[in-house]
Amino acid sequence: MREISAGAVTGTVARLFQEANFELAEDVKAALRAALEREESAEGREVITRILENAEAAAREAVPLCQDCGLAVVFLEVGQEAHIVGGDITAAVNEGVRQAYREGYLRKSAVRRPYSARENTGDNAPAVVHTEIVPGDRIKITAMPKGAGAENMTRLAMLTPARGRRGIIDFVAETVDRAGSNPCPPLIVGVGIGGTAEKTMLLSKKALLRPVGEPNSDAEAAGLEGEILETVNNLGIGPMGYGGRITALAVHAEVFPSHIGSLPVAVNLQCHCARHKSQVL
Amino acid sequence: MPKRVALPLSEKTIKDLRAGDAVVLTGVLYVARDAAHKRMVAALEEGGKLPFDIRGQTIYYMGPTPAKPGRIIGSAGPTTSGRMDAFTLPLLAAGLKGMLGKGMRSPEIKSAMKSRGAVYLAAVGGTGALLGQHIRKAEVIAYEDLGPEALLRLEVVDFPATVINDIHGGDLYQEGKARYRISR
Repeated sequence: MREISAGAVTGTVARLFQEANFELAEDVKAALRAALEREESAEGREVITRILENAEAAAREAVPLCQDCGLAVVFLEVGQEAHIVGGDITAAVNEGVRQAYREGYLRKSAVRRPYSARENTGDNAPAVVHTEIVPGDRIKITAMPKGAGAENMTRLAMLTPARGRRGIIDFVAETVDRAGSNPCPPLIVGVGIGGTAEKTMLLSKKALLRPVGEPNSDAEAAGLEGEILETVNNLGIGPMGYGGRITALAVHAEVFPSHIGSLPVAVNLQCHCARHKSQVL
Repeated sequence: MPKRVALPLSEKTIKDLRAGDAVVLTGVLYVARDAAHKRMVAALEEGGKLPFDIRGQTIYYMGPTPAKPGRIIGSAGPTTSGRMDAFTLPLLAAGLKGMLGKGMRSPEIKSAMKSRGAVYLAAVGGTGALLGQHIRKAEVIAYEDLGPEALLRLEVVDFPATVINDIHGGDLYQEGKARYRISR
């Protein structure tokens, strides 16, 4: 057993949410620079240029890249040989979120009683926490501030198996087309395929954590990602929906076996302000 | 070069704007998003007054991050405008002439904009750090209890935006997509 203090979890979560909000990751910047080369539309190139300038300004001034600093999503991969001491791990994560959003001057965007009063919780807690038990004695913490603009365009389909590969491509393309300018393209398109409804939703979100443009390690799944990307970029939506070739920077699909009678597909969209940071304790 | 546009918008300016125009805005913007819209529309329905004279004005759909000490405002980019569609008809009827946000408007709102002579502009979403630099003054004028959703009055200089829907029926989102779409 290896001991990890709850305080270390809090401190790490606090730092990761601030870094994610202030610094656009290098893989996203590289994908945007490559997109700038390929984009034919002048308006689209102007948008991408602004996005890259914004990243510089945000990092320089420690100002959030986007005013929507997200609902706090946290992935915990907890080693089965790790022992948390000095407190409750969920409480430690939520305390880290509170610290990050207070000390980083991040916008608090969580409301309680979403069906009625919608009162701001005032500290952006609670976080949405996904915990997985894994081998080893470490804890990997991933902080993902998720904005509403892209998240609101999420869709799930329980396709019939007969729809197959074509059905998946059509559903993802239709989702991106309907979303249009709303989710702040150029996007990263997270696709979950297989499992049950909630499993495929989670896969579609986890797919967004992969470095931008890194293909699925399975060649057939990677081929599907490539075909979806081409289909999505043929929609013409372009950066911020002003028209152009680059509607998505990447399509990432994660796959899990499904029931003999099911073909679940989930689409979780990520805006160009793709924010997630990880740390292993 | 972008067109220079003074706020509040004049009738002549509104007539001259075309979907796809790049503009820079200088003058006053009022800031409201979901919760502030709900309150404004409730005030109108009860026969009350809005916290500001909306006639001729432009609303920016935005909820900024808190200003750091010594700063005017934090990150201040647009939010998704479509969520405000449900509240927009009474505001247009009350004299609203401009809206600034990002993302698509409903057919109902686009048609009301045309008949009321109002325009819809977009700023680049996710560039709040840059856009905040064009804001020279920010004050809460109502609904302070809503925190990041409070109603603000801003003074902006050369704030960059793009015309999405003009009063002549132009729609950049539709036209832009059609120009680059490849059908299989």
